[in-house]
Amino acid sequence: MKNIRSQISMVFHLDKCIGCHTCSIACKNTWTDRKGAEYMWWNNVETKPGTGYPRKWEDQEIYKGGWEKKHSSIDLKGVGKIKGMKKLFHNTHMPTMDDYYEPWNYQYEKLFDAPEGDDQPTAEPVSMITGEKITPKSGPNWDDDLGGSAEYARKDFNIRDLSPAEQETMFQLERMVMFYVPRICNHCLNAACVAACPSGAIYKRGEDGIVLVNQERCRAWRMCVTACPYKKVYYNWHTGKSEKCILCYPRLETGQAPACMHSCVGRIRYLGVLLYDADRLQEVASCDESELIDKQLSLYLDPNDPEVIAAAKKSGIHDSTIQAAQKSPVWKYVKEWGLALPLHPEFRTLPNLFYVMPLLPAMAEMNEDNKYHSAGKSLWDDMENPRLPLKYLASLFSAGNVEVIAEILKKLMAVRLHRRSVTVGDLQNDEIEQLLQNSDLSPEIADDIYRLTSLAHLNDRFVIPPAHREEAIEMLNETHVHKGTTGFGFTKKPKRGL
Amino acid sequence: MNATLFFVILPYLALLSFLMGTIYRYWFMPFLVSSLSSQFLESKKLYFGSRPFHWGIIFLFFGHLTAFLIPSTVLAWNQIPLRLYILEVSALTFALLFLTGLILLVIRRVESKRIRQVTSYMDVFVYVILMFQAITGIWTATFFRWGASWFSIVLAPYLKSVFMFNPDANAVSQLPLVVQLHIVGAFVLIGMVPFTRFIHFLVYPLSYLWRPYQKVVWNYRNTEF
Ligand code: SF4
Ligand code: SF4
Repeated sequence: MKNIRSQISMVFHLDKCIGCHTCSIACKNTWTDRKGAEYMWWNNVETKPGTGYPRKWEDQEIYKGGWEKKHSSIDLKGVGKIKGMKKLFHNTHMPTMDDYYEPWNYQYEKLFDAPEGDDQPTAEPVSMITGEKITPKSGPNWDDDLGGSAEYARKDFNIRDLSPAEQETMFQLERMVMFYVPRICNHCLNAACVAACPSGAIYKRGEDGIVLVNQERCRAWRMCVTACPYKKVYYNWHTGKSEKCILCYPRLETGQAPACMHSCVGRIRYLGVLLYDADRLQEVASCDESELIDKQLSLYLDPNDPEVIAAAKKSGIHDSTIQAAQKSPVWKYVKEWGLALPLHPEFRTLPNLFYVMPLLPAMAEMNEDNKYHSAGKSLWDDMENPRLPLKYLASLFSAGNVEVIAEILKKLMAVRLHRRSVTVGDLQNDEIEQLLQNSDLSPEIADDIYRLTSLAHLNDRFVIPPAHREEAIEMLNETHVHKGTTGFGFTKKPKRGL
Repeated sequence: MNATLFFVILPYLALLSFLMGTIYRYWFMPFLVSSLSSQFLESKKLYFGSRPFHWGIIFLFFGHLTAFLIPSTVLAWNQIPLRLYILEVSALTFALLFLTGLILLVIRRVESKRIRQVTSYMDVFVYVILMFQAITGIWTATFFRWGASWFSIVLAPYLKSVFMFNPDANAVSQLPLVVQLHIVGAFVLIGMVPFTRFIHFLVYPLSYLWRPYQKVVWNYRNTEF
């Protein structure tokens, strides 16, 4: 434990997501509503089962993203030092605009400018690339709420391991099930985008672990787009530079939650610091797939452990950051309570966005008529017979490990039943106690989980460490001199080169 | 052709523009240094155009460079006719590869509406000058044989004289017109590097090969490691 670093990380609570896309719009309005970035959704919300955005992004046989294990070590799957340099002139597995969608707008001005005539003027869709009339054939959330499921949901990457019978049940009208997965960049510990960039333009910030693309060093080799298995680096076709979620660092540095998280209607989003052991990254990223989840979670260190605190201080982590780590809601969900898992850990980028498993879609009671009902007495008495195959969740969140998922769902269920016994009081106390014990929970912890899940205030959901930019400046410049040099200047437009 | 203008003044203008322009653009307008890839908008046709184009031009570039840097070695190599034939034939092959790629790229740019949106006047210039160089070059290779040898005898000394600031344009001005045009085209191309997307060849990311995969930048410590 010599090299401890702090990482700003996130938890998204999937049971709370209502699929409203407010987050996407907040991000779009703040950062990507400009030429060349129209198609980018640094934050997007996908309906699962579904193929997502860009289409089938999870299928690395198509896109060759992420890392793959090679003997005892790992290498980038599609690009990297040798493979990438060979693909410099044509990046074979890079998605193109058609894999996302062609952005369009409507000719609203026609509604005002159209000359007088017999017909009502209409605002027809026009491409935001060519300016010509187009018929939109796909969009970033084209399969919202299972729309066109034959085309999308049935092609979901994660149902590949389900038996044909299991697949069939997922799409029977009576059993049909869905949930939302909101996605942003995971600000990975073993980021594939950073590793793939031949120009060294992408980097991780030491202090908070935010992954950024230096716009002045990016040369449009596009390797990051291929390398990121989550397809969260986007190529700006106008400026010829790659862009990605910046975790709203200008907001974070001033103590505000990122735009997508602040605006989240369902309040599903949490953000906080995790401390981790940077010396073990290589070892963890290259371990066996079956161990990946456990090993990744073991990277994050207990911020209340005196030894960890001492080592963190030695590594130059600020006291205020350690304090933030102690109050971190992410630490609670991920490590203390063990309720949240990263998306597709098998890509081996060690992502820092964790998802609390969705209990609701799994939960339902099966009646004699072999149909699921969600209005039964205990909602879900047969843990072995979930409405949503746990294998499906395991393919998304645990590299195929069904037990981890089942454990989490049982825990979440225990918390629910405990709260029901407290508020409604129609359940047997000893039964509830037994349930809590089975999941290693005490009534107090169950209440804590309930509170942070349902009643948390803004400051509980977002525990943002101070950025201490003032100290950063002191290292470079006298503060009184620096003071007189800011606040006036010129910003350059992102003009395209020749 | 006016020897002083084209073979004495022009090369120095080109070199000046190349040096000052690229340094200025790299240091003061780094955002504008990009290969401006358009693969995102159109990928399939690019595959067939870009690869032969780039491999062709890289070989031709290093071929010209070698003949300039080590003319006597090239001459020695060419002593045996078979070796000379091999050199000439492979050079011509790469030139044809380059031309094929270029034509495919031009067709792609004209055909694809999306690509036309990202085409600037300078891109048109790039295509024109490259096409000009390809045609004059292939013409030279076909009708004024054994350039692999006479380049070393005529052009290498001339270029050397330019770099030694003692330009001697006598021999060059005696060359056939097409060859002269090819040389003038080359100077124009070099001079225009900082004003076009040609600049991206200067930022070829060689250092990637020896840097570690992960990269961390610290704000406080103001160091990278
Ligand atoms: S999610 Fe993708 S873009 Fe974000 S850090 Fe990981 S590899 Fe990079
Ligand atoms: S953190 Fe900021 S930049 Fe990243 S997805 Fe959310 S709103 Fe967009």
